[in-house]
Amino acid sequence: MTAPRADNPVNTARLRIWRGSDRDHGRYEEFDVKFESGDSVLDGLVRIRLEADPNLAFRFSCFNANVCKECTMLIDGNVEYACIAKLKPGTIQLDPLPNLSVIRDLIANTLSHKETLAGGPVDSK
Amino acid sequence: MADAITLAGDVLVVGGGGAGMFAAIAAARNGARVLLIDKNVVGRGGATIMAQMTCASALGEVEPDGPDLHLEDTLAAGRGLCDENLAALLCEGSPKRIRELASWKVNWARRDDGKINQVKAPGHSRQRCVYVDFLSTGAAICAALRNKISRDPQIRRLSNLTVTDIVVHDGEAVGAVGFDIATSAPVKIKCNAVILCTGGMTKMFARTTASNNLAGEGIGLALRAGARVIDIEFLQFYPNGHLAPRMVGLDPTTWEPTRVKLGGRLLNGLGEEFLHRYGEAGGDGYDTARDTLTFAIYKEVEAGRGSPHGGVYLSFQHIEEAKLRNALGPVIEIFERNNIDLAKQPVEVFPIAHYQMGGVEVNTDMASCVPGLYAAGELAGGANGANRLSGNALPEAVVFGERAGEKAAQFAAQSKLSKWDDNAAQPHLDLIRGTVGKNSGSGRSPARLMGELKPLMWGKVGAFRNAGDLAGALDRIRTMRHRDLDDLGISAQAAHNTSLVEWFELRNGLIAAEAVATAALGRRESRGAHQRDDFPAASDQYLANQRLSLVDGELVATFRRRQA
Repeated sequence: MTAPRADNPVNTARLRIWRGSDRDHGRYEEFDVKFESGDSVLDGLVRIRLEADPNLAFRFSCFNANVCKECTMLIDGNVEYACIAKLKPGTIQLDPLPNLSVIRDLIANTLSHKETLAGGPVDSK
Repeated sequence: MADAITLAGDVLVVGGGGAGMFAAIAAARNGARVLLIDKNVVGRGGATIMAQMTCASALGEVEPDGPDLHLEDTLAAGRGLCDENLAALLCEGSPKRIRELASWKVNWARRDDGKINQVKAPGHSRQRCVYVDFLSTGAAICAALRNKISRDPQIRRLSNLTVTDIVVHDGEAVGAVGFDIATSAPVKIKCNAVILCTGGMTKMFARTTASNNLAGEGIGLALRAGARVIDIEFLQFYPNGHLAPRMVGLDPTTWEPTRVKLGGRLLNGLGEEFLHRYGEAGGDGYDTARDTLTFAIYKEVEAGRGSPHGGVYLSFQHIEEAKLRNALGPVIEIFERNNIDLAKQPVEVFPIAHYQMGGVEVNTDMASCVPGLYAAGELAGGANGANRLSGNALPEAVVFGERAGEKAAQFAAQSKLSKWDDNAAQPHLDLIRGTVGKNSGSGRSPARLMGELKPLMWGKVGAFRNAGDLAGALDRIRTMRHRDLDDLGISAQAAHNTSLVEWFELRNGLIAAEAVATAALGRRESRGAHQRDDFPAASDQYLANQRLSLVDGELVATFRRRQA
């Protein structure tokens, strides 16, 4: 991330984020985030976790390179990668991916069952 | 909180990047039941998947070449500190693994005559580097390994599971403890050999290339288990790291493969070529070693001749637009989405934290000094010495991963019964349970402490170092490790507790950060990727490898001179 410069004005986006540990008991929370032209939705989420709410749950590992594909979510109703969707002034709504169970906030259970512990006692073989 | 979940296998592989996946495959084909674990997603995180182009392998397809010549170049790049046996293993093993990957459908770029194409990367005496595409070689290797693993009934892969401690009993590694990130449930993992493939520590630096999950945890895990770390002061700062304008959707290392392909002119803020001032040929070729190039860019900026964001310019404007489009293909669209038009404007670049040359000290079986504990890939120290040759990271992942898998499986087969000990695991399980909800609502968040650590490491333990900065950083890191860590606020949330994950990253990662600062302060010379402003020359006295171990919770360093 480069330092803000006078020739690159700072704007504000309002992220309306679905929060909760299952689909039936959720709510939306709104966070204002400052951004420079070119910053991604993922940049905004990282900033919220750092400055406003350390418990906001979303997944990523490659950080804006679009290779890990972990940051897939609904952005204004469309399936997108948060790392390449750009922040823009105004309200942007973020939801976990549809048709999957929700682990928490923006994390849907995208892993195959056999690749997780699924919360229960498991012994290999 | 939920009861501990128990897993069992012969070999546990921690980290699902290139080294970890290859280790799992090799352990399985040597008869082991394997558990392959990643705190993110197996095959999707780590550094391998981010690797863009070059993979060094003395195949001799384009011109005569051999592992002996590859070894010569590797040793020269390592500035006298490589472990020759490990470096030789890497160079000899690379052609086998590259051809094996081809048989697993990695589509290495080929010439019209069907031979694998090989290009010359900086520091190589031959056209030796193979690639799939100029920006997606690592992704292609990971896809092939993921595919292979998903079909192997001997391998159980588990994602979103983080390992927090190696369990040591009677001096041997007998398994590990961690927790399921989705539920925060503690997990016991019983096995007879552990292979750490957790990669490097780039996350610790403000400007970084690799994945966000590389927080140096393997260094902390290994040191606390009783293993030694070697030459950890040598971190590679990748010279052509993207700086400005803001670019997303591509790794910041994009410019080096682009330069290998297209040349590209490096210019200072005044628009002048400057590499000749540092003893290098200028022009639009690209043949400067990474440590030299990083040095030149830093010094140019320091002299007040930097670009607006504090780097230098990289320009492709002298290349015809049609040629640019042809060479870059669909990637040019990613540049366009970021409002970057290479035909009309230069980009700004500056060095960026990229690779950990040192790491866990291992022998040529990839075994640490703790029986049953292995390390491979970027986490294994020794092969690269003071500076890694361009293209040697991918062979290090696949060659060392394969070797570790084979040797760990053989080791695990020696003991029919599990050596697991519940008493040895108990304190580690208690720590997980006791950390959930600790100081909830009062303490600073782990993300904030990481937010302080990254600029500290970048500014004082970065590419150019001095005793004052290093001592100051070391003092602050030690306070973080011994005091601040205990005061951090952790959520009581069970489902995907981000602050819990980040706290355990810091617990092991701060040991890695302290190890680098300690080793860098102790090496009072400049060599390869370790540059000291207060000791600007290499010194024969330090033609020596530095080892660190953890004794009663404190890092202890010793130098061992190399035999002339």
